Amino acid sequence: MRIITTRRITQIFFFALFIWFCIVTTLGERGWQLRGWPVNWLLEINPLTGLGVLLATRTVYAGLLWGVVTIVLTLVLGRFFCGWVCPFGALQQFMGYLGKRGLNRARKIARNRPHPAQRIKYWLLLFMLAAAAAGMLQWVLQTARSGGGWFWSLLALSLAMLAVMAAFKLIRIRRDAAWVAAGALSLGLLLEFLFPRAGWLVASLQTGLLDPIALMHRSVNIVLLPLLDAPLKVTAALPRAYPGAALIGVLFLLFVLLSVRVPRFYCRFICPLGALFGLLSRWSLWRIGKQQVPCADCRRCEADCEGACTPTETFRTSECVLCLNCLDGCRHGVMGYRITPSAAGEQLLPDLQRRHVVTSIAVGLVAVPMVRMDGMADANWNPAVIRPPGALDEAAFLARCIKCGQCMRICPTNVVHPATLQSGLEGLWTPMLNFRTGTSGCQFNCVACSRVCPTAALRPLTVPERMGTGEFSASGPLRIGMAFVDHGRCLPWAMDTPCIVCQENCPVSPKAIFTRDIMQPVRDGDYEIQAVQGDTLTLAGADWEPGQYGTGDYFCSVNQMAPRPIATNTGQALTLGPGDPWPQRPVAGLTARIMLHLQQPFVDPNRCIGCGVCEHECPVQGRRAIRVTAENESRNRAHRLTLS
Amino acid sequence: MSNHSENPGQDRRAFLKRLACSALGMVGAGGLGLAFWDRQGPPPEAARTLGERIPDFALPDQGGKLAVVRGTADRIRGVQMAIQALGGIEQFVRPGDHVLLKVNAAFALPPMLCATTHPDLVTQVSRLCLQAGAARVWVTDNPINDPTSCFALTGIDAAARAAGARVLLPTEDRFEPYTVPGARLIRYWPTLTGPLRRVDKVIGMAPVKDHHRSGASMTLKNWYGLLGGRRNIFHQQIHTIITELATMIKPTLVILDGTMSMMHNGPTGGSLDDLKTTYTLIAGTDPVAVDAMGAGLLDRTLEDLPHLRMAERAGAGTVDFRSLNPVEVNG
Repeated sequence: MRIITTRRITQIFFFALFIWFCIVTTLGERGWQLRGWPVNWLLEINPLTGLGVLLATRTVYAGLLWGVVTIVLTLVLGRFFCGWVCPFGALQQFMGYLGKRGLNRARKIARNRPHPAQRIKYWLLLFMLAAAAAGMLQWVLQTARSGGGWFWSLLALSLAMLAVMAAFKLIRIRRDAAWVAAGALSLGLLLEFLFPRAGWLVASLQTGLLDPIALMHRSVNIVLLPLLDAPLKVTAALPRAYPGAALIGVLFLLFVLLSVRVPRFYCRFICPLGALFGLLSRWSLWRIGKQQVPCADCRRCEADCEGACTPTETFRTSECVLCLNCLDGCRHGVMGYRITPSAAGEQLLPDLQRRHVVTSIAVGLVAVPMVRMDGMADANWNPAVIRPPGALDEAAFLARCIKCGQCMRICPTNVVHPATLQSGLEGLWTPMLNFRTGTSGCQFNCVACSRVCPTAALRPLTVPERMGTGEFSASGPLRIGMAFVDHGRCLPWAMDTPCIVCQENCPVSPKAIFTRDIMQPVRDGDYEIQAVQGDTLTLAGADWEPGQYGTGDYFCSVNQMAPRPIATNTGQALTLGPGDPWPQRPVAGLTARIMLHLQQPFVDPNRCIGCGVCEHECPVQGRRAIRVTAENESRNRAHRLTLS
Repeated sequence: MSNHSENPGQDRRAFLKRLACSALGMVGAGGLGLAFWDRQGPPPEAARTLGERIPDFALPDQGGKLAVVRGTADRIRGVQMAIQALGGIEQFVRPGDHVLLKVNAAFALPPMLCATTHPDLVTQVSRLCLQAGAARVWVTDNPINDPTSCFALTGIDAAARAAGARVLLPTEDRFEPYTVPGARLIRYWPTLTGPLRRVDKVIGMAPVKDHHRSGASMTLKNWYGLLGGRRNIFHQQIHTIITELATMIKPTLVILDGTMSMMHNGPTGGSLDDLKTTYTLIAGTDPVAVDAMGAGLLDRTLEDLPHLRMAERAGAGTVDFRSLNPVEVNG
């Protein structure tokens, strides 16, 4: 079998695996639904997720350890992930194949010439890693100040090791890199000692914006699968709604279409994961290259070169995605995948200049504090942004969320949606709850999103912890927000109309929404009694719709006596229903007052968990008369509302 | 011009061909334009076509019948005894019938919280219907919480499948705008008629629950689950809507499960503290009488539940359940 056939089968396998993972990320009891399928596996073997979380939080959460395997394999094989595993890479390659059909070899070769813009992906990678690395840097500097000898002995030890290795010519220390690193470290230490806890370093994980696996998950979870499945109803009985899906869909389409014209457009110019592998492949043991020079120079190898890495000339190791088309294309047995470098020479590192590297990193370090000036992770928090249960406090959340949309996919009620700019630029496509749409509010006995989150931006919850039962009964249920009744819109509060749908649907026990009853005299509801016949009162000047007071909610009171229910009415006469008879018989001339029994809803802040079922069910449909905001959410003590 | 002058015949033919094409185009454009011409613009409210009336599923030869089983916690045995006391399931289900079980699956809560129809009832009633020769048994409801989650968590889906019945989820294609004749509220309202139109018999199955707005949620309130759209607007006149529902659907049989009664915090409950063991299972052909009897389990009177008398006035049954001579069975 040809090697590229093997590669294609592998790509199809991983693409199918990816789609399968997306489909089975469905809550349910059937075998194909979420029952321990490793649905995050592709996000986890992607080392950019793990590295980003490591830099931002100093931890490698659970399955993110898989990233180490990929790094190890990349150090042996090169960018195998791009050419053999990545589902977005496979899609790009397929679109590129469609785009180049029918072209002659010269035009194919022209499409695969290297382009200076290929360095952009390294800028993006460095920018994003620097934005995340503030977390790690801050920890290092703090350790230097407060951790005592640990930091200094480790620093001395690593410097000594570097010196020894350099002395034995095991490594070559670049003087410029050494100066920059030493300068940055000295500056950091100086600032840390002069202005401790100044808050200059703020971490934010933004790799997910462009990480191809996160992008693919997000696009399929939020756009493609809901679109395809709406008529099929396999993964959801009712059509899924995701505000903001259009932007995600348009970007996905854009990148896919661009790869028709420029093979692997995304991989070559944008992909930060590819950039990471590109840097790692500098040390990879096996690599592509010519066995001898000169060769016949037919350039067949470049006709289908996916990475634009010029196998005929100086080989650009960092750009090679290991598609192996050059091996297959070479008719002279010159191209090989071996331990020895290419006979035509190698360019190990991408076209990056020192100033590019320094600028990217510096901008990344500065960008996050700049974006945070909006205050949205702090005092200017947006109460409309209700994070899913288990979400860490905002700063910690933003240091972990990769915007993959797994929580939005798994949510059984479709209330977890991608934010656009509600939580600031940084919060683009992070999950937030919207109770106007979806099939219900956030189900209070459900922890699905927190269990599926690959980076613990939503920390894994158990049902007892969420509901505050068992060992968690002392701490009470987890609150994601709190409901507020809008007295200007609520039917019983503002419009003399019975309702209390919110109270009925409040799922906690005892209910967080309770009612207080009032007897409200109806508008222009006082009438002089004309005649009395048994339980029927004929009233002067009445002109009613027959039955309008017969709904079971209307009462009649005469002379301050306890109101009696009205059974029904005609145009002028009321018939009183059964009930305690009045001590005094009503007579003509007295005033009869028609009253409405109203139950007005109140929210108990100590019971409300912010699940939003009330908001979802509120019959005031436009702007709901009861709305949940992130007030009182458990994840941030500063948002606490009441003292008790 | 000089080119073509040598061959005027060809010239003429080309011209005629062009003329024919353009004439066809002119006539076609005019015709299509006229065909799609709308002088008035859309009417203020599109004329809506309405489905046929929901059939009457009650069996006239059965009349008003009522049976109550007391003292058993075993719903499977209890419901069997109750139906037996009514003369057996064969009285209601004929061989070849398609039967619909309208359960209460309103909330995504486990069965032990008794906020929904217990899966044991679904199991046993499905089994009985199939034993009596029913061709198919369907189970449906339009719950308040997410439908898929509701049927999964309440155990109803699993119970139905195990017994050979099938759940019909309330997907959009199963609703149609419906008007109850003479009704004020259910007019052009999206109603879950799809499942009703494919069956011969309907059995309503509901738990006994407190309901702050209507007083109680039993077999009559259970029909609320046939409404779609933003149905919560009807809470403004809850007793009227329950009355209209009682006239909209005349079931073959209703089963009220008061094995456990939700005394307060209804209709969601959510805690075992909200439940009281009442060990009563009521089955009957008159939903008003069944609910009137069930009200006692919640210590409620007819005054607390105005919709019962209203339903009686509307001809849906009688609140005087004693007049039906209920068969009492000890479980």
